[in-house]
Amino acid sequence: MKHDSSSPVLEIRDLTVEFRTSRGGLKALRHVNLDVPRGEIMGIVGESGCGKSTLISAILGLLATNGAVTSGEIRFDGEDIVTMSAERLRALRGDRLSVVFQDPMTALNPVLTIGTQMTAIQYRTGRSGAEKERRAVDMLARVNIPDPASRLAQYPHQFSGGMRQRICIAMALIAEPDLLIADEPTTALDATLEVQVINLLKELQAEFGCSILFISHHLGVVAELCDRVAVMYAGEVVERGDVRDIFHHASHPYAMKLLQCDPGRIGTATRRLPTIPGDLPDLVDLPQGCIFRGRCDRAIARCVAEPPPEHRVGKAHWAACHVAEEAGP
Amino acid sequence: MSDRISDIAPAAQQRRSALIDGFWRVVRQPMGSLGLALVLVVIFGALFADVLSAYNPIKLAVRERFLPAGFEHLLGTDQLGRDLFSRVLHGARIALWVALVATSIGLAGGLVLGMAAGYGPRWLDSLLILFLDALRSFPTVMLALALVTLVGASLGAVVLVVVLATLPSYARVVRAQTMSLKDAEFVLSARSVGAPVSRILIKHILPNIIGPLLILVSMDIPVVITIEAGMSFLGLGVRPPTPSWGSILNDGFAFIRESPWPAIAGGLPIIVATLGFTFLGETLRDEFDPKLRREP
Amino acid sequence: MLAYALKRTGLAVLITAVALILLISTIQIIPGDPAAVLLGPLASPSMRETFRVEMGLDQPTVVQIARFFGRVVTGDLGTDVLTRRPVLTTVAEQLPFTLSLIAMGIVWSAAIGIPLGCYAAIHRGSVLDRLAGLLSVSVIAVPSFVIAIYSLLIFSVGLGWFPTIGAGERGRLGDQLYHLILPSLAVGLGWVGYLARIVRASMLEVLGENHIRMARAFGLSEATITYKYALKIAVIPTVVVLGIGIGNMISSAVFAEIVFARPGVGKLIYDSVITRNYPVVMGAVVLTTAFYVACTLTADLIAAWLDPRVRSNL
Repeated sequence: MKHDSSSPVLEIRDLTVEFRTSRGGLKALRHVNLDVPRGEIMGIVGESGCGKSTLISAILGLLATNGAVTSGEIRFDGEDIVTMSAERLRALRGDRLSVVFQDPMTALNPVLTIGTQMTAIQYRTGRSGAEKERRAVDMLARVNIPDPASRLAQYPHQFSGGMRQRICIAMALIAEPDLLIADEPTTALDATLEVQVINLLKELQAEFGCSILFISHHLGVVAELCDRVAVMYAGEVVERGDVRDIFHHASHPYAMKLLQCDPGRIGTATRRLPTIPGDLPDLVDLPQGCIFRGRCDRAIARCVAEPPPEHRVGKAHWAACHVAEEAGP
Repeated sequence: MSDRISDIAPAAQQRRSALIDGFWRVVRQPMGSLGLALVLVVIFGALFADVLSAYNPIKLAVRERFLPAGFEHLLGTDQLGRDLFSRVLHGARIALWVALVATSIGLAGGLVLGMAAGYGPRWLDSLLILFLDALRSFPTVMLALALVTLVGASLGAVVLVVVLATLPSYARVVRAQTMSLKDAEFVLSARSVGAPVSRILIKHILPNIIGPLLILVSMDIPVVITIEAGMSFLGLGVRPPTPSWGSILNDGFAFIRESPWPAIAGGLPIIVATLGFTFLGETLRDEFDPKLRREP
Repeated sequence: MLAYALKRTGLAVLITAVALILLISTIQIIPGDPAAVLLGPLASPSMRETFRVEMGLDQPTVVQIARFFGRVVTGDLGTDVLTRRPVLTTVAEQLPFTLSLIAMGIVWSAAIGIPLGCYAAIHRGSVLDRLAGLLSVSVIAVPSFVIAIYSLLIFSVGLGWFPTIGAGERGRLGDQLYHLILPSLAVGLGWVGYLARIVRASMLEVLGENHIRMARAFGLSEATITYKYALKIAVIPTVVVLGIGIGNMISSAVFAEIVFARPGVGKLIYDSVITRNYPVVMGAVVLTTAFYVACTLTADLIAAWLDPRVRSNL
């Protein structure tokens, strides 16, 4: 770690991302504020379609060709990714910024050996070929791949899904990044594998001291792994704070509902799982006022008229909600 | 798959508007309108060959041999003084005639074999696939040469070669479509009420195959033209003095040092026709069925 | 891989066999005395008699087919009516010329087609992509013999840049290559279009896949991603298409040999048809068909081998 250890490794301010579609501009992210503190694990939770993947793409600079950042900044260690040159961004990727994607079955190139792929990403380190291989073997061992030296010559299809995900984690950590982005890394795995991967991430984070941005829709995992959490809904961050703040003192109605509906938290046996009534809003034709008001059971008149700004409800705890603001800290 | 219920009452009207809509979709693409224009030129030329040219395509006028292109003779004259423009126009008739006849036969054969393979028992399918693959393993020119050795050179031989060369691709598409439709709900319900196989094939499966098949046909016409021209070029097709583009090209080749015009005259209509039909066919496929990206 | 290879080879052999059966069966369809028709006016009555006995033309079809296969397997493809030599020898003499023509054609089409398709995929939607697309379709459309004659007209007769006749002096490689340029271009140009298209389509498909996104996320250069990561995958279907294309190239080679007056199997067959030298025609057709089947088989096997997922499944 090279910089002032008190400043966040990732600071997102007022980020808005829009996609050009045949129906008009689709505002996938609106005025997103986010901080990933150095050396900590930040979780992002939200249902499908909330904008988590778009956020990742924006941070990595890998938005689709019809998408663009229309306002805001993404500061990685002080440098703004949005205004950065493509070359500079490419230099950061795989070196100080790395990713673990969701689907391990398609994340690896099928015609190249694991060894080739793991050494290829070290191309700018100036290490010798043998050294690159050694590092690859080391990382594979760290993620508990048995007999790693011989595995380098094998192809992805010769590994199970769980092992492939671990290989992806190994690849992400080879460069000892400052920030590791994990995009729903356990969604495609079954429960036992999920536990393994989570424990692995915890260990590795403690060992390497990198920050992790952990995206998931699995609340239990987030509660277990993360230090801080942001809750997203339909392209906005509706609430963010320490994990304890969010899980025990949720202020935004959506966050509260989300926690209520989590099957892992439901104490009494029930035939019907609770749901949030209503549908996601149309992101091309945005409703006026608060994005959640259509499904909120606490909406007041003000919610229809103006979208709520982020309101501090605790020491490091914000919620974008008029009702929460009016209720006081 | 189309919803059959909507085909009941205003079927004719639906078809007509679908046709007009289809026409505009093709013309909207630059390649499509270019292709259509070229095709229309060829058809027009073939239909009005006698009117468009004052000269008799087979009348000899040896004193006027090897004249270059000019006002009198739009494409010049060949080694026997025959007007090349007129010969080219009449050659269009042959090209289109072969295209029509051979394609129809090939289509019919492909339908029969394809439906038999797709709908019939597995052993029949395996047998037919083997037969079709074997047919496909002959390079087309070899097929032409072998057959002409046996049956002699004629337009009929050309048609035969074209049919044999194009039938496998039709049959394959028909077979694939038939197989995918075999287990469709409307077919199963027809079978459950005891409809005979022929009725099922003709009334239920055939209408759903026609679309992709017609697109395939339009993309195959350049191949047909090529085979006819190629065979006539080699002297395996039409007999002189009947003008086929291929035989004009052959004359051009034989007398290439005397005058470039026969060669130009022979090749030009082939290029126009093949480009035109290919552009048209490609646009049709891109607009109506991109899945049909066919193997060469 | 091994299982696949065996199965595929067996299928190839079977298809070849059926093709040959079809070929022989057509003799039955000819009215009149097959020997007279097939051997043509050049054959003497004794030759016809020998032919009749050799081919067992008075025997039932099944026996004829069996006998034919027996002879083919031992390499006996009959006797050249014109020169009285074994057909196999006659054809084998001409084979190298045709093979070099086809090989060069493949080189042309791959050298132009693959980079073109790659470029079009990377710069999708650009002016050059559209132009390349139009060009690809155009060269597919126009028959190779037209291209051959026009290039003869323009570059040989007109401009005099290239020779018009022959394959060049024996033993002088440079001269032979010089003679090869124009004909092989005519043979390979049509296939440029097909290759460009399939490379473009495969590349576009691969470039949209997750592992490419991941490679980008790790900051690999576009060049590495295109050539090392994507092209390696896109090549696989391209090889298969190339294998199928050889059949088309064989046909084009026949025309090219005639137009440029080159020696080769194509010219041989053509001349033999004119002189009704049926055994040569038949033998050459048998050989080229078997060659084509072997090519598609090889292409399929190479493609299977290139894909580790297929290769490692023993």
